[in-house]
Amino acid sequence: MSKPEKLIIDGKRLDGRGAQDLRPIKFKAGVLKRADGSCYLEFGGNKVIAAVYGPREVHPRHLQDASRAIVRYRYNMAPFSVEERKRPGPDRRSIEISKVSRESLECVILQEMYPRSAIDIFVEILQADAGTRVAGINAASVALADAGIPMKCLVSACAVGKVDDTLVLDLNKDEDNYGQADLPIAMTPSGDITLCQMDGHLTEDEFRTALEMAMEGCRYIHQLQKQALIEKYGQMVSPPAQEAPAAETAEVKEEIFKEDVEEFKEQEQQEQGGEANE
Amino acid sequence: MVEREIVVPGDLLSDDPRLASHGTYVEGGKVYSANYGLVDRRSNIKVIPLSGRYIPARGDLVIGKVDDVTFSNWIIDINSPYEGLLHVSEYPERVDQSNMSKYLHIGELIVAKVKDVDPTMKVELTLREEHLKILRQGRVIDISHTKIPRVIGRNGSMISMLKKELNCSIFVGQNGRIWLRGDEKMVDLAIRTIFKIEREAHTSGLTDNIKEYLTKELETLRSNK
Repeated sequence: MSKPEKLIIDGKRLDGRGAQDLRPIKFKAGVLKRADGSCYLEFGGNKVIAAVYGPREVHPRHLQDASRAIVRYRYNMAPFSVEERKRPGPDRRSIEISKVSRESLECVILQEMYPRSAIDIFVEILQADAGTRVAGINAASVALADAGIPMKCLVSACAVGKVDDTLVLDLNKDEDNYGQADLPIAMTPSGDITLCQMDGHLTEDEFRTALEMAMEGCRYIHQLQKQALIEKYGQMVSPPAQEAPAAETAEVKEEIFKEDVEEFKEQEQQEQGGEANE
Repeated sequence: MVEREIVVPGDLLSDDPRLASHGTYVEGGKVYSANYGLVDRRSNIKVIPLSGRYIPARGDLVIGKVDDVTFSNWIIDINSPYEGLLHVSEYPERVDQSNMSKYLHIGELIVAKVKDVDPTMKVELTLREEHLKILRQGRVIDISHTKIPRVIGRNGSMISMLKKELNCSIFVGQNGRIWLRGDEKMVDLAIRTIFKIEREAHTSGLTDNIKEYLTKELETLRSNK
């Protein structure tokens, strides 16, 4: 694909989003029968499946740690996940992503509870559309909870970037390839950052704003992750005690999905109009 | 039934750290959930996990499978990240150490008790107690150990109902394994029922639902005869 002339036209991005909008996100917990925990995630054009096994015995034996569980993370891209067939198997890029993703999750897992054991996380990218590492972390986090592994909290991840000198949330493929900067972030709901990478250039002020934007995105994704887990058992149990939704989160939601809301309203009006005609 | 609330790791549960119990952790004087599960707020706050592996504790009765035989121990798979060790001295009879597989060979199933677990998670088992035995007949199924309390029911209500209605011997291991023996058709039905309990373990009014289900299934069984 050749470089598009402009990535932002009249304040709108190529896929019609505003600068602050996330792509549509869909989580589903517990999709694999034989894994201890799993999660399927659609994050824009990304399709990711995460599986968690463990705690289980460590093989090879010498990797055992007598004081805590070890965490292993394998990020893998399917050969068919990208436009040009990728050579199967680990490469330099996926090894790096595995390492940083593992570190972003390891720090919230209560590892001391399971000495001499291993927790294995497998993340398979079935379809890639920029931001696969953050999608992988989001899915793995839900899969870990689904596996019943004790954690301090869920980890949510999101990227910000700079294209055409504008900061935008959650880059898509073109923006990632032809943009000026990309800043993936993973964080806990309390705001501790567990992953922060950057490629490209940002000024100090831009970095500050970008970080704030990414954190807003993460907070919203955290709600979705929580929802996915509750839904797994939700149908049969009485609804979970409603937490008073913070005014802030409600606003974020509105903002991020402003267009969706508008579209929905339009549809509603049309439907109502239709009914009136009948 | 108490109103049940599902929480995910990191959810704030209380401001009183004295109430913290299983499945929670305390940070900055506040209690947070460490697990994905149902909150139990009776007496103190604990989170009952919806999934997870079995971690042995002293005194648990478990069903294990002999995985390996060494010169002084049988190595037992107890459906957990940690293997169980059954020392020769814990076998109910005197054992000829040069021929240990004469007494218990690989693949055999036993009902054992967890004698001790040390901090490095070395799990010692024993067979030298009442009820503990080698399982030579019957069938064994695996379910999630987190659902075992529901299979047993309050004061054993669920399990005694199953035993009575289906006329089977059933033994439930704390590690999620269940041994059943009886009429083949009845055992089939018992297994179906147990899987149903596993699937619906988090719902309320379960014992009544299961009773209804059993009555219906038994009727169909009888009418087919």
